[in-house]
Amino acid sequence: MVGGRRLSLTWVGAVPFLAYVGVFLFLPTLIIAVGAFFGENGFTFANFANLSRSYIVAATVNSIILSAVTAVAGAVLGALLTYAIATGNPKGVVRRIAVSASGVLAQFGGVTLAFAFFATIGPAGFVYLWLAQHHLDFYSGGFWLYDLRGLMVVYLYFQIPLMVLVFLPAVDGIRPQWREATESLGGGTWHYWRYVAGPLLAPAFLGATLLLFANALSAYATAAALINQGGIILPLQISNAITSEVGLHEPGFAKAQAVVLIAIVAIVTALYGVLQRRTARWLT
Amino acid sequence: MNWRYQIRGLGVAVATLLVVAACGSSGGGGAAACTTAKTATSAAACGGMDSLVAAANAEGKLNVIALPRDWANYGAVLDAFAAKYPSIKITSDNPTGSSQDEVNAVQQLGTSSRAPDVLDIGMAVALANLTLFTPYKVATWNDILAAQKEPTGLWFQDYGGFMSIGYDSSKVPAITALQDLLGSGFKGKIALNGDPTKANAALNGVMMASLANGGSLDDVSKGVDFFHQLKTAGNFVPVQATTATVKNGTTPVVFDWDYLSATHGTDVPSWKVFVPSNAILGGYYAQAISKTAPHPAAARLWEEFLYSDAGQNLWLKGLARPVRQAAMTAAGTVDAGAAAALPKVNGTPVFLSADQATAAKAYLASHWAAAIS
Repeated sequence: MVGGRRLSLTWVGAVPFLAYVGVFLFLPTLIIAVGAFFGENGFTFANFANLSRSYIVAATVNSIILSAVTAVAGAVLGALLTYAIATGNPKGVVRRIAVSASGVLAQFGGVTLAFAFFATIGPAGFVYLWLAQHHLDFYSGGFWLYDLRGLMVVYLYFQIPLMVLVFLPAVDGIRPQWREATESLGGGTWHYWRYVAGPLLAPAFLGATLLLFANALSAYATAAALINQGGIILPLQISNAITSEVGLHEPGFAKAQAVVLIAIVAIVTALYGVLQRRTARWLT
Repeated sequence: MNWRYQIRGLGVAVATLLVVAACGSSGGGGAAACTTAKTATSAAACGGMDSLVAAANAEGKLNVIALPRDWANYGAVLDAFAAKYPSIKITSDNPTGSSQDEVNAVQQLGTSSRAPDVLDIGMAVALANLTLFTPYKVATWNDILAAQKEPTGLWFQDYGGFMSIGYDSSKVPAITALQDLLGSGFKGKIALNGDPTKANAALNGVMMASLANGGSLDDVSKGVDFFHQLKTAGNFVPVQATTATVKNGTTPVVFDWDYLSATHGTDVPSWKVFVPSNAILGGYYAQAISKTAPHPAAARLWEEFLYSDAGQNLWLKGLARPVRQAAMTAAGTVDAGAAAALPKVNGTPVFLSADQATAAKAYLASHWAAAIS
């Protein structure tokens, strides 16, 4: 090997990760993207043309609204809760309970979550019935639990705890000394948040919001249990296209809809990249 | 016990003797296992029941799919088969799956040992996937009406019932006609069993509403209009009706097959099942054996069991109407007590043809989401 260049082996450590991502992310994505171009009679663009069906457009818009609203509301409310937890006693019981509860509730979804809402604030739920008896009929304007507004409320139930989980490490990273430094330089609370804590937390906050968006966009089981009719959001329409037993079985069309979901996440991720570069500019 | 029962008992005893004698002559003790089970189109073609049983025992396994234990008494059916043939281990996969899930499993798992052997599927899916099935005629084949089977035995209907409205009489007023549902006593209470663009039971629910509102089997639009009225009145609930939602009162009125609806009576004693006399819509499921079944003999034995008197009476106990019910009633082998427990139906039932179902689902695909949102 005299005079030869030694091959760098630093990439070897990444092989398991790359293999994992390849098998469980890129391969399925590829299968979906290719399959979207095939129908019963071979290659076709019909699956994408069918995306213009009015009920698919409506479901796509609903999915984006639902994800955006629950991501932003979940991020803001979750961040406030995180700040409250982080500024409390770091070894206190309240913090430990709040963090453990968040870990559990962030994974709470599907039929169990939907049923929990039916049993409490549903039209036959005990909380609703009790309030209605006391002249607080919150369904007098219609059963909002069964439309997009209901999904928003139910989704926030797992979005806020998820925000706490992913945002807490960033908030914990803030040192009290930085605030003291700001104050010793004559800055007030506004200056501290505007020039120190805000810019430091912004990338983590935006990243967490993006995660919440993707989490809501891909959620299926909760919505399926709550609103079974009409395919109100895109994941439910995909399910209809895959499993319809009345002959509306269109696997290629389901894949085309999945490509739409992937495209939405890709666009939002790109926007996040741009935003993060802007917010991180002052650090470099 | 009166003399009629004794004569019937005598008849059963004679029949048993004949069967035993037949076994003795063909099997000569332990019957040889049939080696052509994969292509056998009847038990006789496989060398008789004994050699079919021997072959199934040798396979030792049976894969079934999408059979909920609380659906048409399938729990008891599975247990009875396991008790009768203890050396065949049943794997019951994806019990809450749809008919399309069953077909998807056959296509994706191919000949692997995990692939489903037998299917219990809705007619729309059966007719669209004939190439996946292998023909087989059970011993009681002639009891099945010609309209309820494919002539070569690719599929044969198994059990069914009529579309009905089940309701909790302690929560809503009594229902005597479909129009009652538009009343103010039903606010936020009426549900379907699934999305009609996806689930066969729900599609038939909308069709039944259409029949009762001046539509026809060729015209489901009146049913869609009716559900739109229910939605506008605030009476429609878009929740999937399940045992849990019925029990807790979220869906106290449900459009569903009468045999599925009647089972809610065990949780809700005040549950009643109503079949409108101007819209008696029948529906049957079908059995089919997968062409690529990994356990072909066990698959055929399972069908023989389902279509035996015992198998048919088990479905009947689950309030499903078995396909041989008429023949068994004539022969006196039907479980009379179970038959008497079925919801009463007055009138002539109608059935959706394949073409009519296709027309209905095309209309629903483009109109349903708008009608109920």
